Amino acid sequence: MTVSFGQFVASAGRLVVQPRMGFSDPRQMRSGLEHTKFAAATTVGTLTLDSYTRVGDHDSARRAVADGVALNGYPIVTYPVELTRELLAGVADETFPVQVRHGSSRPQRIIRALTAAGLDATEGGPVSYCLPYGRTPLRDSVASWAESCELLARLVEPGRVPHLESFGGCMLGQLCPPSLLVAISVLEGLFFTQHGIDSISLSYAQQTDPTQDEEAIRALRRLGAEFLPVRADWHVVVYTYMGVYPLSAAGARRLLETSAELAVRSGAQRLIVKTVAEAHRIPTIEENVRALETAATVAVMTTVDSARSGPDTGIYAEARTFVEAVLELHPDAGAALLAAFSRGYLDIPYCLHPDNAGLSRSYIDDAGWLRWSAAGRMPIRPAAAPRDSAGMSPARLLSALNHVARKFDHSSQEARCIP
Amino acid sequence: MNPILENVRLNVLVSGTASDSHTWNLVYLQLFLEAMGNRVVNLGPCVPPQLLAGRCLEHRPELIVLSSVNGHGYQDGLRAITRVRQEPELAGVPAVIGGMLGVAGERDAASAARLCEAGFDAVFDDGNLEAFERFLARLAGTPAIASHGRAES
Ligand code: B12
Repeated sequence: MTVSFGQFVASAGRLVVQPRMGFSDPRQMRSGLEHTKFAAATTVGTLTLDSYTRVGDHDSARRAVADGVALNGYPIVTYPVELTRELLAGVADETFPVQVRHGSSRPQRIIRALTAAGLDATEGGPVSYCLPYGRTPLRDSVASWAESCELLARLVEPGRVPHLESFGGCMLGQLCPPSLLVAISVLEGLFFTQHGIDSISLSYAQQTDPTQDEEAIRALRRLGAEFLPVRADWHVVVYTYMGVYPLSAAGARRLLETSAELAVRSGAQRLIVKTVAEAHRIPTIEENVRALETAATVAVMTTVDSARSGPDTGIYAEARTFVEAVLELHPDAGAALLAAFSRGYLDIPYCLHPDNAGLSRSYIDDAGWLRWSAAGRMPIRPAAAPRDSAGMSPARLLSALNHVARKFDHSSQEARCIP
Repeated sequence: MNPILENVRLNVLVSGTASDSHTWNLVYLQLFLEAMGNRVVNLGPCVPPQLLAGRCLEHRPELIVLSSVNGHGYQDGLRAITRVRQEPELAGVPAVIGGMLGVAGERDAASAARLCEAGFDAVFDDGNLEAFERFLARLAGTPAIASHGRAES
C-alpha cells in the first residue's frame, strides 16, 4: 500500500511544512531533498522547476545545463528520466512525498516527465498558472490544464493517487483581496475534480492582516466543503507571504512565524515557507531548512482556541457570490471560468494579462486590511473606498507593495531595542 | 525629480524577458516613466526576442527598457538585445536592462559587460532607479532627444 500525498498530509497530525526549493544541479537538488526530509519538522519535499521549463523553452534549459549556468530551478523535462529517478531514489518514499512546483500554463510535458520519474503530486491550475505567468491565452491554458489533469490521472503508477494543488490562493502574490483568492482556489479545485483528480489541495497566500487572513481561510474551508464533491479528499495549504518580502533577516523570520501561527489558528494542514533570502536571491539549502524548522517550532507552540471564531466581515459571502456567479455561467468549471473572465465577473487587480478585464483595483486601508477600491464588472458591492484610493502614482504603488516588508523590517528593529 | 527629466518626453517601450513572468516590476516601471511625462507601451511578461524585435519595429520607441528579476536576466537579456540589434532600423535606439539579473544575489560584472558589448547602453543589475534617472537625464541632454523633447513640450 502506498501512502498518497493527500493521505500523508491528512494523517500527519500536525502542520506539514514544505519548502519552495529548486536547483539545476542534480546533486544539490538531491541534497536539498535529503535535508528537507531530515529537518526537525514534519515535511514534504519539493522540486521547483526553472523558468525555461515553465515557459516550454527546453532548448534554453538544455543550453544552460550544458554551459554550467545555474538556473532558478530543476529542469525536469531536460534531464533524462533516469537521472530524476536516481535523484529521488531512497529519498522520496512513504514517509516523504515529493511535489513538483512549476508555474506553467501548458504543463503537459512536465506532467509526463514527473509521472515518468514516479511522482504523482504537482500544483497549478488553468487560471492561477496563466494570468500571473505570461502571455498564453486563458482559453489555451484551460484546455491544456484539462488535458494535463487527465494525463496526470492516467500516467501515475498503478496504485498511486494523483494529487493537485490549486495555486489560486496566490494571484500575483500581493494586492488581490482575500475573497477573490478564496473563490479562484475553490473553482480550480472543482475544475480538477471534473477532470479526474480527486485528491486536491486549496491554497491561500498570507496577505496583509492576520485577522483578515484567518477569516479568509475559514471561508475557504467552508466553501470547499460546500462545493467540492464528497468523494474528493482535500486539504488547505497556506503560503507564507508571497509579495515583496522584508529585507532584514529578523523581519523575514518574524513574517514566516506569523504565517505558521496563521496556518495553525485557521485549521490549515500544510504550510509552504519563505526564507530569509527571499528578498535577495534563490535561498540555499540551509536557509530552507532553517525556515522549515522555525515554522514547525512556531506551529507546535501555537494553540487553537476553537471557541474564538473571529469577526465575520463578509469574506465568505463575497467569495460565495463569486463562486455562484461563475458556476451559473456553465456547468463545466473551465468554460465557466473563461466566461467569467471575459465578462469581467472575475478580475485580478493590476494583472497585465489581456484576458483579464483590468477594471478592478485594491488598496490597503489604514488598519492594514486589503480592500477593493474598484470592483469593475464583478458581482460584488464592496464598501466605498476613500475617494483617492484608486489613483496610482509610482510612489503609492511602491508603498502598497512594500507595506508588509516595511511593517516587519520596522518591528524587528524595534524588537532589537527591547532589553 | 531632476528638473531636466521634466523635459524628456519619450516614446518608451517597456518589456519583460523571454522566461520571466514577473509583472509588478513592469507595472511599476510604466508608472515611473509615465510620471515623468513619457509615453509607455508595456509589452508585459515572457516576451521572446523575436516578438520584442517585431514590436519595436511596429512602435518605433525612442528608448527600450527591459526588466528581468527571475534570475535568468543575464542570459535572456543577451538574446533579446542581440535580436533587436540585428534590425538595422533598431541599431541606434537606446536600450537598457535592469532588475535582478542573476540567481546569486550579487552583480556579475563579466555578464553585465557582455550585455553592454551586445548592445545595451546601460545595465542596472542592482535595479538602481536613481542611476536610471541619471541615465534618462543624460539621454535628455543628447542633441537628438533634447530637440525632440522641446518640440513636444
Ligand atoms: C511577487 C513575486 C512573484 C510572483 C509574481 C507575480 C507577477 N505576475 O508579478 C509569483 C509568485 C508568480 C512569482 C513567481 C516566480 N518567482 Co518570484 N518573486 C516575487 C517577489 C516576492 C516580489 C517581486 C515584486 O513584486 N516586486 C515588486 C517590484 C516593484 O519590485 P522588483 O521586481 O524588485 O523591481 C524593482 C527593482 O528591481 C527595479 N527594477 C526592476 N526592473 C528594472 C529595470 C530597470 C531598467 C531599472 C532601472 C530598475 C528595475 O525597480 C523595481 C522597484 O524598485 C520576489 C522576492 C522579493 N522581492 O521579495 C520574488 C523573486 C523575484 N522571484 C523569484 C523567482 C525565482 C520566481 C520563480 C522563477 C519561481 C522560483 N523558481 O522560485 C517564478 C517566476 C516564473 C518565471 N517564469 O519567471 C526570485 C528571483 C531570484 C533571483 N533573481 O535571484 C525572487 C527574488 C524570490 C527568491 N528569493 O527566490 N514571484
